[in-house]
Amino acid sequence: MSAVLTHFNYVAVIVLMMGGLYILLSTGNLVRRMIGLAIFQTSTGLFYISLGKVSGGTAAITLDAVSAEGQALAARAGAEQVARYGVEGVIYSNPLPHVLILTAIVVGVATLAVGLAIAVRLREAYGTIETDEIQALDRVLTAAGQVEPAP
Amino acid sequence: MTGYIPGFDANLALDAILLVMLVVIVAAIAATHRMLSAVILMGLYSLVSAVWLVVMDAADVAFTEAVVGAGVSTIVLLGAILLTRGAAAKVSGRRRFLPAVLALGVGAILIYATLDLPDFGDPASPANAYVGRAYLEATGNDMGIPNVVTAVLSSYRGFDTLGETVVIFAAAIGVAIMLGFGERAMADRTIEPLAGGPADHHVVLRVAAKLLIPIIALYAFYVQFHGDLGPGGGFQAGVILAVAVILHALVFGLKDTMAAVKPKFARGVAALGVLLYAGIGVTCIVNGGGFLDYDHLFPRHIEAQIPDWILGPADPAHPHHWGQHFGIMAIELGVLFTVAATMVTIFYGFAGRSMEAPQPGAPRSGAA
Repeated sequence: MSAVLTHFNYVAVIVLMMGGLYILLSTGNLVRRMIGLAIFQTSTGLFYISLGKVSGGTAAITLDAVSAEGQALAARAGAEQVARYGVEGVIYSNPLPHVLILTAIVVGVATLAVGLAIAVRLREAYGTIETDEIQALDRVLTAAGQVEPAP
Repeated sequence: MTGYIPGFDANLALDAILLVMLVVIVAAIAATHRMLSAVILMGLYSLVSAVWLVVMDAADVAFTEAVVGAGVSTIVLLGAILLTRGAAAKVSGRRRFLPAVLALGVGAILIYATLDLPDFGDPASPANAYVGRAYLEATGNDMGIPNVVTAVLSSYRGFDTLGETVVIFAAAIGVAIMLGFGERAMADRTIEPLAGGPADHHVVLRVAAKLLIPIIALYAFYVQFHGDLGPGGGFQAGVILAVAVILHALVFGLKDTMAAVKPKFARGVAALGVLLYAGIGVTCIVNGGGFLDYDHLFPRHIEAQIPDWILGPADPAHPHHWGQHFGIMAIELGVLFTVAATMVTIFYGFAGRSMEAPQPGAPRSGAA
Protein backbone atom coordinates (compact mmCIF):
# COMPACT_ATOMS: atom_id res chain seq x y z
CA MET A 1 0.00 0.00 0.00
CA SER A 2 2.71 2.44 0.92
CA ALA A 3 4.57 1.91 -2.38
CA VAL A 4 1.34 2.70 -4.26
CA LEU A 5 0.89 5.84 -2.22
CA THR A 6 4.46 7.07 -2.49
CA HIS A 7 4.81 6.50 -6.23
CA PHE A 8 1.29 7.22 -7.43
CA ASN A 9 2.20 10.68 -8.72
CA TYR A 10 5.09 9.44 -10.83
CA VAL A 11 3.00 6.68 -12.39
CA ALA A 12 0.11 9.03 -13.15
CA VAL A 13 2.45 11.57 -14.75
CA ILE A 14 4.06 8.85 -16.87
CA VAL A 15 0.59 7.75 -18.03
CA LEU A 16 -0.09 11.36 -19.08
CA MET A 17 3.26 11.53 -20.84
CA MET A 18 2.60 8.32 -22.76
CA GLY A 19 -0.90 9.60 -23.61
CA GLY A 20 0.80 12.59 -25.22
CA LEU A 21 3.24 10.34 -27.05
CA TYR A 22 0.38 8.17 -28.35
CA ILE A 23 -1.58 11.22 -29.59
CA LEU A 24 1.61 12.50 -31.23
CA LEU A 25 2.39 9.26 -33.07
CA SER A 26 -1.09 7.94 -33.85
CA THR A 27 -1.98 10.73 -36.26
CA GLY A 28 -0.60 12.37 -39.36
CA ASN A 29 -2.54 15.57 -38.66
CA LEU A 30 0.09 18.18 -37.78
CA VAL A 31 -2.11 20.25 -35.44
CA ARG A 32 -3.08 17.11 -33.54
CA ARG A 33 0.60 16.22 -33.34
CA MET A 34 1.31 19.60 -31.77
CA ILE A 35 -1.42 18.93 -29.18
CA GLY A 36 0.23 15.59 -28.35
CA LEU A 37 3.61 17.28 -28.09
CA ALA A 38 2.15 19.95 -25.79
CA ILE A 39 0.69 17.26 -23.49
CA PHE A 40 4.02 15.45 -23.43
CA GLN A 41 5.81 18.69 -22.62
CA THR A 42 3.51 19.84 -19.82
CA SER A 43 3.41 16.40 -18.21
CA THR A 44 7.22 16.44 -18.04
CA GLY A 45 6.76 19.64 -16.07
CA LEU A 46 4.27 17.94 -13.76
CA PHE A 47 6.90 15.27 -13.09
CA TYR A 48 9.45 17.89 -12.00
CA ILE A 49 6.90 19.56 -9.74
CA SER A 50 6.01 16.17 -8.19
CA LEU A 51 9.67 15.64 -7.30
CA GLY A 52 9.89 19.09 -5.70
CA LYS A 53 6.89 18.64 -3.41
CA VAL A 54 7.73 18.36 0.28
CA SER A 55 5.14 16.82 2.60
CA GLY A 56 3.74 19.35 5.03
CA GLY A 57 5.45 22.11 3.08
CA THR A 58 4.05 25.30 1.66
CA ALA A 59 4.72 27.50 -1.38
CA ALA A 60 8.25 28.93 -1.41
CA ILE A 61 7.22 32.42 -0.34
CA THR A 62 8.87 33.01 3.01
CA LEU A 63 6.56 33.64 5.92
CA ASP A 64 7.10 34.25 9.61
CA ALA A 65 7.19 31.11 11.76
CA VAL A 66 5.40 32.98 14.57
CA SER A 67 2.53 34.17 12.33
CA ALA A 68 -0.81 32.37 12.57
CA GLU A 69 -0.20 30.75 9.17
CA GLY A 70 3.27 29.58 10.15
CA GLN A 71 1.97 28.15 13.42
CA ALA A 72 -0.82 26.24 11.66
CA LEU A 73 1.66 24.75 9.17
CA ALA A 74 4.04 23.75 11.96
CA ALA A 75 1.21 22.11 13.92
CA ARG A 76 0.25 20.05 10.86
CA ALA A 77 3.78 18.94 10.02
CA GLY A 78 4.84 18.19 13.61
CA ALA A 79 7.63 19.78 15.64
CA GLU A 80 10.18 17.09 14.83
CA GLN A 81 9.73 17.47 11.05
CA VAL A 82 9.94 21.26 11.28
CA ALA A 83 13.14 21.07 13.32
CA ARG A 84 14.75 18.72 10.79
CA TYR A 85 13.57 20.06 7.46
CA GLY A 86 12.29 23.59 8.11
CA VAL A 87 14.06 26.79 7.14
CA GLU A 88 13.66 29.24 10.04
CA GLY A 89 10.77 27.23 11.40
CA VAL A 90 8.73 26.69 8.23
CA ILE A 91 8.86 23.79 5.74
CA TYR A 92 8.79 24.89 2.10
CA SER A 93 8.46 22.92 -1.11
CA ASN A 94 11.50 22.98 -3.37
CA PRO A 95 11.43 26.24 -5.41
CA LEU A 96 13.96 25.13 -8.01
CA PRO A 97 11.67 22.89 -10.13
CA HIS A 98 9.06 25.66 -10.03
CA VAL A 99 11.49 28.10 -11.63
CA LEU A 100 12.48 25.62 -14.34
CA ILE A 101 8.91 24.69 -15.24
CA LEU A 102 7.55 28.24 -15.07
CA THR A 103 9.85 29.36 -17.87
CA ALA A 104 9.41 26.06 -19.72
CA ILE A 105 5.64 26.66 -19.93
CA VAL A 106 6.07 30.10 -21.50
CA VAL A 107 8.74 28.83 -23.89
CA GLY A 108 6.41 25.88 -24.61
CA VAL A 109 3.60 28.11 -25.84
CA ALA A 110 6.07 30.09 -27.96
CA THR A 111 7.37 26.94 -29.66
CA LEU A 112 3.79 25.66 -30.02
CA ALA A 113 2.96 28.84 -31.92
CA VAL A 114 5.97 28.36 -34.23
CA GLY A 115 4.97 24.73 -34.90
CA LEU A 116 1.40 25.72 -35.66
CA ALA A 117 2.60 28.50 -37.95
CA ILE A 118 4.55 25.90 -39.93
CA ALA A 119 1.39 23.75 -40.13
CA VAL A 120 -0.59 26.74 -41.43
CA ARG A 121 2.00 27.42 -44.13
CA LEU A 122 2.01 23.75 -45.16
CA ARG A 123 -1.77 23.88 -45.44
CA GLU A 124 -1.50 26.90 -47.71
CA ALA A 125 1.10 25.23 -49.90
CA TYR A 126 -0.36 21.70 -50.06
CA GLY A 127 -4.03 22.12 -49.13
CA THR A 128 -3.65 19.54 -46.36
CA ILE A 129 -1.90 19.05 -43.03
CA GLU A 130 -1.83 15.24 -43.21
CA THR A 131 1.81 14.10 -43.44
CA ASP A 132 0.85 11.12 -45.66
CA GLU A 133 -0.90 13.34 -48.20
CA ILE A 134 1.93 15.88 -48.16
CA GLN A 135 4.45 13.11 -48.89
CA ALA A 136 2.25 11.66 -51.63
CA LEU A 137 1.90 15.09 -53.23
CA ASP A 138 5.66 15.56 -53.05
CA ARG A 139 6.20 12.23 -54.84
CA VAL A 140 3.73 13.14 -57.58
CA LEU A 141 5.26 16.57 -58.06
CA THR A 142 8.80 15.14 -58.08
CA ALA A 143 7.81 12.54 -60.68
CA ALA A 144 6.27 15.28 -62.82
CA GLY A 145 9.54 17.21 -62.59
CA GLN A 146 7.87 20.21 -60.97
CA VAL A 147 10.00 20.20 -57.83
CA GLU A 148 13.56 19.15 -57.10
CA PRO A 149 13.82 15.70 -55.45
CA ALA A 150 14.53 15.82 -51.72
CA PRO A 151 18.22 15.15 -50.89
CA MET B 1 14.82 4.70 -0.30
CA THR B 2 14.35 6.31 3.03
CA GLY B 3 11.20 4.49 4.05
CA TYR B 4 9.47 7.83 4.32
CA ILE B 5 5.68 7.40 4.35
CA PRO B 6 3.59 10.53 3.85
CA GLY B 7 0.44 10.86 5.89
CA PHE B 8 -2.75 10.52 3.90
CA ASP B 9 -4.50 13.85 4.14
CA ALA B 10 -6.86 16.06 2.15
CA ASN B 11 -3.98 17.40 0.05
CA LEU B 12 -2.97 13.94 -1.08
CA ALA B 13 -6.59 13.01 -1.86
CA LEU B 14 -6.99 16.17 -3.95
CA ASP B 15 -3.70 15.39 -5.68
CA ALA B 16 -4.93 11.91 -6.63
CA ILE B 17 -8.36 13.12 -7.81
CA LEU B 18 -6.87 15.85 -10.02
CA LEU B 19 -4.31 13.49 -11.55
CA VAL B 20 -7.06 11.00 -12.40
CA MET B 21 -9.02 13.85 -13.99
CA LEU B 22 -5.97 14.75 -16.09
CA VAL B 23 -5.60 11.15 -17.24
CA VAL B 24 -9.29 11.06 -18.23
CA ILE B 25 -8.95 14.33 -20.18
CA VAL B 26 -5.90 13.03 -22.07
CA ALA B 27 -7.77 9.82 -22.87
CA ALA B 28 -10.67 11.91 -24.19
CA ILE B 29 -8.26 13.92 -26.39
CA ALA B 30 -6.82 10.67 -27.74
CA ALA B 31 -10.31 9.33 -28.45
CA THR B 32 -11.87 12.35 -30.16
CA HIS B 33 -11.59 12.95 -33.90
CA ARG B 34 -12.94 16.48 -33.81
CA MET B 35 -10.18 19.06 -33.72
CA LEU B 36 -12.33 21.62 -31.90
CA SER B 37 -13.08 19.15 -29.08
CA ALA B 38 -9.39 18.31 -28.81
CA VAL B 39 -8.46 21.99 -28.49
CA ILE B 40 -11.13 22.74 -25.88
CA LEU B 41 -10.11 19.63 -23.91
CA MET B 42 -6.52 20.85 -24.11
CA GLY B 43 -7.60 24.11 -22.46
CA LEU B 44 -9.37 22.09 -19.77
CA TYR B 45 -6.24 20.00 -19.28
CA SER B 46 -4.25 23.18 -18.63
CA LEU B 47 -6.84 24.51 -16.19
CA VAL B 48 -7.00 21.27 -14.19
CA SER B 49 -3.21 21.02 -14.11
CA ALA B 50 -3.09 24.63 -12.84
CA VAL B 51 -5.32 23.60 -9.91
CA TRP B 52 -3.10 20.56 -9.33
CA LEU B 53 -0.02 22.83 -9.30
CA VAL B 54 -1.57 24.87 -6.48
CA VAL B 55 -1.98 21.65 -4.48
CA MET B 56 1.72 20.96 -5.18
CA ASP B 57 2.66 24.38 -3.65
CA ALA B 58 3.80 25.63 -7.05
CA ALA B 59 1.77 28.85 -6.96
CA ASP B 60 3.87 30.71 -9.54
CA VAL B 61 3.76 27.81 -11.98
CA ALA B 62 0.00 27.41 -11.50
CA PHE B 63 -0.46 31.07 -12.33
CA THR B 64 1.62 30.69 -15.48
CA GLU B 65 -0.15 27.51 -16.57
CA ALA B 66 -3.57 29.12 -16.07
CA VAL B 67 -2.82 32.20 -18.17
CA VAL B 68 -0.54 30.56 -20.75
CA GLY B 69 -1.94 27.05 -21.08
CA ALA B 70 -5.64 27.73 -20.66
CA GLY B 71 -5.52 31.20 -22.19
CA VAL B 72 -3.02 31.92 -24.91
CA SER B 73 -2.23 28.42 -26.18
CA THR B 74 -5.98 27.71 -26.58
CA ILE B 75 -6.34 30.89 -28.63
CA VAL B 76 -3.32 30.01 -30.79
CA LEU B 77 -4.63 26.46 -31.31
CA LEU B 78 -8.08 27.80 -32.23
CA GLY B 79 -6.43 30.13 -34.75
CA ALA B 80 -4.49 27.21 -36.19
CA ILE B 81 -7.52 24.92 -36.62
CA LEU B 82 -9.41 27.82 -38.19
CA LEU B 83 -6.61 28.26 -40.73
CA THR B 84 -6.35 24.52 -41.42
CA ARG B 85 -10.08 23.76 -41.36
CA GLY B 86 -11.50 21.15 -43.65
CA ALA B 87 -8.50 18.90 -43.12
CA ALA B 88 -10.16 16.19 -41.02
CA ALA B 89 -7.93 13.74 -39.20
CA LYS B 90 -8.08 10.20 -40.51
CA VAL B 91 -6.70 7.44 -38.32
CA SER B 92 -5.99 4.01 -39.76
CA GLY B 93 -5.63 0.82 -37.73
CA ARG B 94 -1.91 0.63 -38.42
CA ARG B 95 -1.54 4.20 -37.22
CA ARG B 96 -3.09 3.19 -33.89
CA PHE B 97 -1.41 -0.14 -33.20
CA LEU B 98 2.30 0.69 -33.38
CA PRO B 99 2.13 3.91 -31.34
CA ALA B 100 0.03 2.11 -28.70
CA VAL B 101 2.65 -0.65 -28.37
CA LEU B 102 5.44 1.92 -28.25
CA ALA B 103 3.68 4.06 -25.64
CA LEU B 104 2.89 1.04 -23.47
CA GLY B 105 6.45 -0.26 -23.74
CA VAL B 106 8.14 3.05 -22.97
CA GLY B 107 5.60 3.68 -20.18
CA ALA B 108 6.34 0.31 -18.59
CA ILE B 109 10.09 0.97 -18.64
CA LEU B 110 9.62 4.44 -17.15
CA ILE B 111 7.31 3.15 -14.42
CA TYR B 112 9.89 0.46 -13.61
CA ALA B 113 12.47 3.25 -13.37
CA THR B 114 10.35 5.19 -10.86
CA LEU B 115 11.04 2.46 -8.29
CA ASP B 116 14.47 4.06 -7.86
CA LEU B 117 13.02 7.52 -7.30
CA PRO B 118 12.70 9.00 -3.81
CA ASP B 119 9.25 8.76 -2.26
CA PHE B 120 6.74 11.44 -3.13
CA GLY B 121 6.97 14.37 -0.71
CA ASP B 122 10.20 13.17 0.89
CA PRO B 123 11.93 16.22 2.41
CA ALA B 124 15.25 14.34 2.60
CA SER B 125 15.42 13.44 -1.11
CA PRO B 126 18.59 14.71 -2.84
CA ALA B 127 16.68 17.26 -4.91
CA ASN B 128 14.91 18.77 -1.94
CA ALA B 129 17.60 18.53 0.72
CA TYR B 130 20.55 20.26 -0.94
CA VAL B 131 20.13 22.68 -3.85
CA GLY B 132 16.52 23.64 -3.22
CA ARG B 133 17.14 24.12 0.49
CA ALA B 134 20.26 26.18 -0.16
CA TYR B 135 18.22 28.71 -2.17
CA LEU B 136 15.57 28.84 0.55
CA GLU B 137 18.18 29.54 3.22
CA ALA B 138 20.20 32.10 1.26
CA THR B 139 17.48 34.24 -0.35
CA GLY B 140 16.59 36.19 2.80
CA ASN B 141 20.17 37.34 3.35
CA ASP B 142 21.17 37.76 -0.31
CA MET B 143 18.15 39.65 -1.56
CA GLY B 144 15.63 40.24 1.18
CA ILE B 145 12.59 39.35 -0.94
CA PRO B 146 10.02 36.78 0.22
CA ASN B 147 9.25 34.98 -3.05
CA VAL B 148 12.14 32.54 -3.49
CA VAL B 149 10.88 31.48 -6.93
CA THR B 150 11.22 35.07 -8.17
CA ALA B 151 14.63 35.36 -6.53
CA VAL B 152 15.96 32.24 -8.26
CA LEU B 153 14.29 33.10 -11.55
CA SER B 154 15.46 36.66 -11.90
CA SER B 155 18.62 36.90 -9.85
CA TYR B 156 20.41 33.63 -9.06
CA ARG B 157 19.56 32.20 -12.46
CA GLY B 158 18.97 35.48 -14.25
CA PHE B 159 21.19 34.41 -17.12
CA ASP B 160 18.96 31.39 -17.87
CA THR B 161 15.90 33.60 -17.80
CA LEU B 162 17.57 36.00 -20.24
CA GLY B 163 18.07 33.01 -22.55
CA GLU B 164 14.40 32.09 -22.22
CA THR B 165 13.32 35.65 -22.94
CA VAL B 166 15.42 35.55 -26.10
CA VAL B 167 13.81 32.22 -27.09
CA ILE B 168 10.36 33.80 -26.75
CA PHE B 169 11.51 36.78 -28.81
CA ALA B 170 12.86 34.38 -31.44
CA ALA B 171 9.48 32.61 -31.53
CA ALA B 172 7.79 35.94 -32.26
CA ILE B 173 10.22 36.49 -35.14
CA GLY B 174 9.62 32.94 -36.41
CA VAL B 175 5.83 33.29 -36.42
CA ALA B 176 6.05 36.75 -38.00
CA ILE B 177 8.33 35.47 -40.77
CA MET B 178 5.95 32.62 -41.58
CA LEU B 179 2.56 34.28 -41.08
CA GLY B 180 3.38 37.98 -41.31
CA PHE B 181 2.53 40.67 -38.80
CA GLY B 182 -1.09 40.71 -39.89
CA GLU B 183 -0.50 44.09 -41.49
CA ARG B 184 -2.14 43.02 -44.72
CA ALA B 185 -5.38 42.50 -42.79
CA MET B 186 -5.06 46.05 -41.50
CA ALA B 187 -4.51 47.48 -44.97
CA ASP B 188 -7.45 45.54 -46.43
CA ARG B 189 -10.20 48.12 -46.91
CA THR B 190 -12.89 45.51 -47.56
CA ILE B 191 -12.99 44.57 -43.86
CA GLU B 192 -15.57 46.71 -42.11
CA PRO B 193 -15.12 47.55 -38.44
CA LEU B 194 -17.49 45.44 -36.36
CA ALA B 195 -18.83 48.15 -34.07
CA GLY B 196 -21.85 50.02 -35.38
CA GLY B 197 -22.08 47.97 -38.56
CA PRO B 198 -25.10 45.92 -39.63
CA ALA B 199 -23.49 42.74 -38.23
CA ASP B 200 -23.17 44.27 -34.76
CA HIS B 201 -25.08 41.96 -32.43
CA HIS B 202 -22.68 42.25 -29.54
CA VAL B 203 -23.52 45.47 -27.74
CA VAL B 204 -23.60 43.81 -24.31
CA LEU B 205 -20.33 42.05 -25.02
CA ARG B 206 -18.70 45.31 -26.08
CA VAL B 207 -19.86 47.23 -23.02
CA ALA B 208 -18.68 44.43 -20.71
CA ALA B 209 -15.35 44.19 -22.52
CA LYS B 210 -14.83 47.95 -22.29
CA LEU B 211 -15.16 47.66 -18.52
CA LEU B 212 -13.02 44.54 -18.27
CA ILE B 213 -10.04 45.49 -20.44
CA PRO B 214 -8.68 48.27 -18.16
CA ILE B 215 -9.15 46.04 -15.12
CA ILE B 216 -7.27 43.18 -16.79
CA ALA B 217 -4.44 45.55 -17.74
CA LEU B 218 -4.32 46.97 -14.21
CA TYR B 219 -4.23 43.44 -12.79
CA ALA B 220 -1.30 42.66 -15.06
CA PHE B 221 0.67 45.48 -13.47
CA TYR B 222 -0.31 44.34 -9.98
CA VAL B 223 0.99 40.85 -10.83
CA GLN B 224 4.12 42.46 -12.26
CA PHE B 225 5.08 44.62 -9.29
CA HIS B 226 3.85 42.19 -6.65
CA GLY B 227 6.04 39.42 -8.07
CA ASP B 228 8.68 39.87 -5.34
CA LEU B 229 6.15 39.38 -2.57
CA GLY B 230 3.67 36.84 -3.90
CA PRO B 231 3.09 34.63 -6.93
CA GLY B 232 3.59 36.51 -10.15
CA GLY B 233 6.22 38.29 -12.19
CA GLY B 234 7.01 39.34 -15.71
CA PHE B 235 5.99 36.13 -17.47
CA GLN B 236 2.51 35.98 -15.97
CA ALA B 237 1.94 39.74 -16.17
CA GLY B 238 3.09 39.82 -19.79
CA VAL B 239 0.59 37.16 -20.80
CA ILE B 240 -2.24 38.86 -18.87
CA LEU B 241 -1.47 42.17 -20.58
CA ALA B 242 -1.51 40.41 -23.96
CA VAL B 243 -4.86 38.83 -23.07
CA ALA B 244 -6.32 42.32 -22.58
CA VAL B 245 -5.26 43.19 -26.15
CA ILE B 246 -6.53 39.85 -27.52
CA LEU B 247 -9.91 40.34 -25.80
CA HIS B 248 -10.15 43.74 -27.47
CA ALA B 249 -9.45 42.13 -30.84
CA LEU B 250 -12.05 39.39 -30.28
CA VAL B 251 -14.79 41.85 -29.37
CA PHE B 252 -14.00 44.96 -31.43
CA GLY B 253 -12.38 43.29 -34.43
CA LEU B 254 -8.74 42.93 -35.38
CA LYS B 255 -8.64 46.15 -37.38
CA ASP B 256 -9.59 48.39 -34.46
CA THR B 257 -7.08 46.65 -32.18
CA MET B 258 -4.31 47.01 -34.74
CA ALA B 259 -5.06 50.71 -34.94
CA ALA B 260 -4.74 50.97 -31.14
CA VAL B 261 -1.78 48.62 -30.62
CA LYS B 262 0.12 48.74 -33.90
CA PRO B 263 1.98 45.59 -35.02
CA LYS B 264 5.03 47.82 -35.52
CA PHE B 265 4.74 48.97 -31.89
CA ALA B 266 4.38 45.39 -30.64
CA ARG B 267 7.52 44.14 -32.38
CA GLY B 268 9.44 47.20 -31.17
CA VAL B 269 8.44 46.52 -27.59
CA ALA B 270 9.43 42.84 -27.92
CA ALA B 271 12.94 43.90 -28.92
CA LEU B 272 13.03 46.61 -26.26
CA GLY B 273 12.32 44.03 -23.53
CA VAL B 274 15.33 41.89 -24.46
CA LEU B 275 17.44 45.05 -24.77
CA LEU B 276 16.38 46.26 -21.32
CA TYR B 277 17.15 42.86 -19.76
CA ALA B 278 20.59 42.56 -21.36
CA GLY B 279 21.25 46.26 -20.74
CA ILE B 280 20.81 45.77 -16.99
CA GLY B 281 23.37 42.97 -17.22
CA VAL B 282 25.85 45.20 -19.01
CA THR B 283 25.24 48.03 -16.51
CA CYS B 284 26.31 45.65 -13.74
CA ILE B 285 29.57 44.94 -15.62
CA VAL B 286 30.21 48.66 -16.14
CA ASN B 287 29.82 49.24 -12.39
CA GLY B 288 32.36 46.59 -11.49
CA GLY B 289 30.33 43.38 -11.07
CA GLY B 290 29.62 40.36 -13.25
CA PHE B 291 26.92 40.11 -15.92
CA LEU B 292 23.50 40.46 -14.19
CA ASP B 293 25.18 40.79 -10.76
CA TYR B 294 22.61 43.22 -9.39
CA ASP B 295 24.63 44.01 -6.27
CA HIS B 296 26.73 46.16 -8.59
CA LEU B 297 23.78 47.70 -10.43
CA PHE B 298 24.38 51.13 -8.86
CA PRO B 299 27.75 52.73 -8.22
CA ARG B 300 28.34 52.86 -4.44
CA HIS B 301 27.91 56.64 -4.10
CA ILE B 302 24.54 56.53 -5.86
CA GLU B 303 23.32 53.57 -3.84
CA ALA B 304 24.06 55.54 -0.64
CA GLN B 305 21.72 58.31 -1.84
CA ILE B 306 18.65 56.04 -2.18
CA PRO B 307 16.24 57.10 0.58
CA ASP B 308 15.26 54.42 3.09
CA TRP B 309 11.55 55.30 3.07
CA ILE B 310 11.03 53.40 -0.21
CA LEU B 311 11.20 50.09 1.64
CA GLY B 312 10.89 51.28 5.24
CA PRO B 313 13.74 51.60 7.73
CA ALA B 314 16.55 49.07 7.43
CA ASP B 315 17.77 47.14 10.45
CA PRO B 316 21.53 46.51 10.70
CA ALA B 317 21.18 42.73 10.44
CA HIS B 318 19.21 42.92 7.20
CA PRO B 319 20.41 45.85 5.07
CA HIS B 320 18.41 46.84 2.02
CA HIS B 321 19.65 45.20 -1.16
CA TRP B 322 18.88 48.12 -3.44
CA GLY B 323 20.68 46.67 -6.42
CA GLN B 324 18.78 43.41 -6.11
CA HIS B 325 15.40 45.13 -5.67
CA PHE B 326 15.80 47.49 -8.60
CA GLY B 327 17.63 44.96 -10.76
CA ILE B 328 14.89 42.34 -10.35
CA MET B 329 12.22 44.96 -11.00
CA ALA B 330 13.96 46.15 -14.16
CA ILE B 331 14.59 42.73 -15.69
CA GLU B 332 11.03 41.63 -14.83
CA LEU B 333 9.89 44.71 -16.73
CA GLY B 334 12.01 43.54 -19.67
CA VAL B 335 10.36 40.11 -19.44
CA LEU B 336 6.93 41.77 -19.31
CA PHE B 337 7.65 43.80 -22.47
CA THR B 338 8.97 40.85 -24.44
CA VAL B 339 6.32 38.33 -23.35
CA ALA B 340 3.36 40.69 -23.83
CA ALA B 341 4.57 41.94 -27.21
CA THR B 342 5.43 38.41 -28.37
CA MET B 343 1.99 37.05 -27.49
CA VAL B 344 0.32 39.98 -29.26
CA THR B 345 2.57 39.53 -32.32
CA ILE B 346 1.80 35.80 -32.48
CA PHE B 347 -1.92 36.53 -32.17
CA TYR B 348 -1.72 39.17 -34.93
CA GLY B 349 0.11 36.66 -37.12
CA PHE B 350 -2.58 33.99 -36.77
CA ALA B 351 -5.59 36.32 -36.71
CA GLY B 352 -4.34 38.48 -39.58
CA ARG B 353 -3.74 35.38 -41.68
CA SER B 354 -7.28 34.05 -41.25
CA MET B 355 -8.70 36.96 -43.25
CA GLU B 356 -6.64 36.10 -46.31
CA ALA B 357 -6.67 32.32 -45.90
CA PRO B 358 -7.60 30.30 -48.98
CA GLN B 359 -11.05 28.77 -48.86
CA PRO B 360 -11.21 25.06 -47.97
CA GLY B 361 -11.35 22.84 -51.02
CA ALA B 362 -9.26 25.25 -53.06
CA PRO B 363 -5.72 24.01 -52.53
CA ARG B 364 -2.92 25.88 -54.22
CA SER B 365 -0.70 22.83 -54.38
CA GLY B 366 -0.50 22.63 -58.17
CA ALA B 367 0.80 26.14 -58.41
CA ALA B 368 4.30 25.10 -57.32
